[in-house]
Amino acid sequence: MQSDNLTSASERGSSGPRVRRPLPSWVSTTALLMPTYGWLTLAVFLPLLTMLVFSFMAATPMGKAPIVLTLKQYRAFIDQPYLLGIAFTSLLIGFWTTFACAVFGFLAAVALARSTFGKTREMLLILILLPFWTNGLVRIFSWTMVLRENGFLDTIFHMVLPDAGSIGFLYTRYAVVVGLVHGYLPYMILTCYIALVTIDDAIIEAAASLGARWWTILFKILVPMAAPGLISGAVLTFIPVIGSFMEPRILGGRVGVTMGTVIEDQFTQAFNWPLGASLSFTLLAVVLAIFGTFSGVLRRGTAA
Amino acid sequence: MTEITRRNTLKLMSGAVIAGAAFSAMPRMAVSAGKITVLNWQGYGTDEAWSIKAFAEKTGIEVVHDYYSSESEMLTKLRTNPGAYDLVVLNAARCAQATAEDLLQPIDFSKVPNATTIDANLRSNANFLKDGKGYAVPWVWGMTSLAIRDGMPVPDSYKVLADPAYKGRVAMDDDAIICVAAGALMTGQDMNNPKDLDAVRDALKSIKPNVKLLWSTEDQWNKSFAAKEFDLSLFWSGGSVRSKRNSKLPVDFVVPKEGGIGWVDGLGIPASAPNAEGALAFANWLIDPSFYFEWATKVGAPASSNSAALAALPADDLSRQVHKPEYLKTMGIMSALPDDRREAFNNLWQEVKAFYAE
Repeated sequence: MQSDNLTSASERGSSGPRVRRPLPSWVSTTALLMPTYGWLTLAVFLPLLTMLVFSFMAATPMGKAPIVLTLKQYRAFIDQPYLLGIAFTSLLIGFWTTFACAVFGFLAAVALARSTFGKTREMLLILILLPFWTNGLVRIFSWTMVLRENGFLDTIFHMVLPDAGSIGFLYTRYAVVVGLVHGYLPYMILTCYIALVTIDDAIIEAAASLGARWWTILFKILVPMAAPGLISGAVLTFIPVIGSFMEPRILGGRVGVTMGTVIEDQFTQAFNWPLGASLSFTLLAVVLAIFGTFSGVLRRGTAA
Repeated sequence: MTEITRRNTLKLMSGAVIAGAAFSAMPRMAVSAGKITVLNWQGYGTDEAWSIKAFAEKTGIEVVHDYYSSESEMLTKLRTNPGAYDLVVLNAARCAQATAEDLLQPIDFSKVPNATTIDANLRSNANFLKDGKGYAVPWVWGMTSLAIRDGMPVPDSYKVLADPAYKGRVAMDDDAIICVAAGALMTGQDMNNPKDLDAVRDALKSIKPNVKLLWSTEDQWNKSFAAKEFDLSLFWSGGSVRSKRNSKLPVDFVVPKEGGIGWVDGLGIPASAPNAEGALAFANWLIDPSFYFEWATKVGAPASSNSAALAALPADDLSRQVHKPEYLKTMGIMSALPDDRREAFNNLWQEVKAFYAE
């Protein structure tokens, strides 16, 4: 009907407004996406591609050194088997950090979404985020003052039990996990909170009126319904954590050797960009494989 | 009060742009008696305003600076800007690399009279020489060795790092080259080219029960040492002076019998320098005891390569106490490493760190 009108309008010529032939939809879509994708190509894709090319070189292409292509950088895990242990440690730290973030973050999000309203809720949300606006390095160094022997934690502990030994645990893997949980908790709280506020109060009231206890409500209703938030929070936490290097280096002391610090060393100290790049792409492949393996489970979680 | 409107913001921004453009377009002050361009780290001695002023008054030579932020950047600048620089500050290890690429010209030491009091061990360093000719004037030096808490027994060997008496009380410098050098010295090998890397690896691994932390910045070292987290550490000579003077930390710098792990910065003249004469005059000025005295006491400086300059410091000067000239006799100097050796050192240290973390 509408197209008939348009045809008749163009046939009438100058008497009506001129109608231009509409551009094919792909042209406008491309035009609209151009700025975004152009920028992403320039700022993300091209540098990453360069790094991928670097990872096949024998040495960092600087100065007069001739460029030699090789696959030996990708053999690092075979030539230097201790890297496997480091990779395993990194995955372990990633797992425990994500787990702790999920527990604390989910509970904090439940508290925020279910027990607060209006202004109070906004205020609490800002109070949670406020510390994370300070520089990450400062926050990690402040942890060293808390966790070290005779630090804040020890001082408070000794106020209660003056004769007990030290409970400071700086320079252990626990300290690294504490620092990382601190660093990535807001992602988990925010994603869980967004998922939780969409749950209709009526569902929970219905469950409560049918006699469900709080743990039933938590595990049978809240956790499954907020699963998308939990999962995206876990992804947002796990991936950066296994590549992190600042927290392990400062809080881990001697035991703070992870894939992140190994890669950082290759870029800053050893000046071996190809090895650093190949290690990070290997790590990327492992992460993709992990998420690929569990994608079925994850999808079921989101669907529930 | 002016409101923050779009127009006002634009006015302000365009005003700033015009002002900036006008400022940079101003002609440089004309100088009659030549000028030299120095390539160095920023704030590293050559660009002290009082010194440049006095030098210009005395010789009529104006000193202009360009800076680098890493040593590889310095080499790149030399390679890609022939004719731009008259004097360059470069580490002995990099000097060997630069002479190998013909980037420097031999030094005419007759035009650097202060060079006669330069310590012979530094002047004869193989990294500064090619075909028997010197390619850089040794300028300042420093070293990495052992730092120990005041009052504890003074160690006489790097082997003390593995001594069970220091269980959980040792900090290591998280630097592959330094740690491999320490491991080489522990096993009685050449620190620049250890033949038996397995022995180095085992020596470093044997420290494991003692290692409390690996430090990577001076600030981290100071904080942990102040918190009494360790007693014994590989540390920088200059760092120990700063820790003692600025942070009042009870630290004693010790050079054991194997010698320190040293570095030397030299003053080189690029092969294409337009004003080599002026550069030599400035090099002579920089190793003059009177310049060094001012620099070391007013600002703080590494040890001068000129033993006369070091001796001119007050006897209680911390820098002088730490950098004793006799250390130069035992000190090994880090030299240029071929790529494969550098890579082997880095992999070795990575493996040792992974072992520490187990």
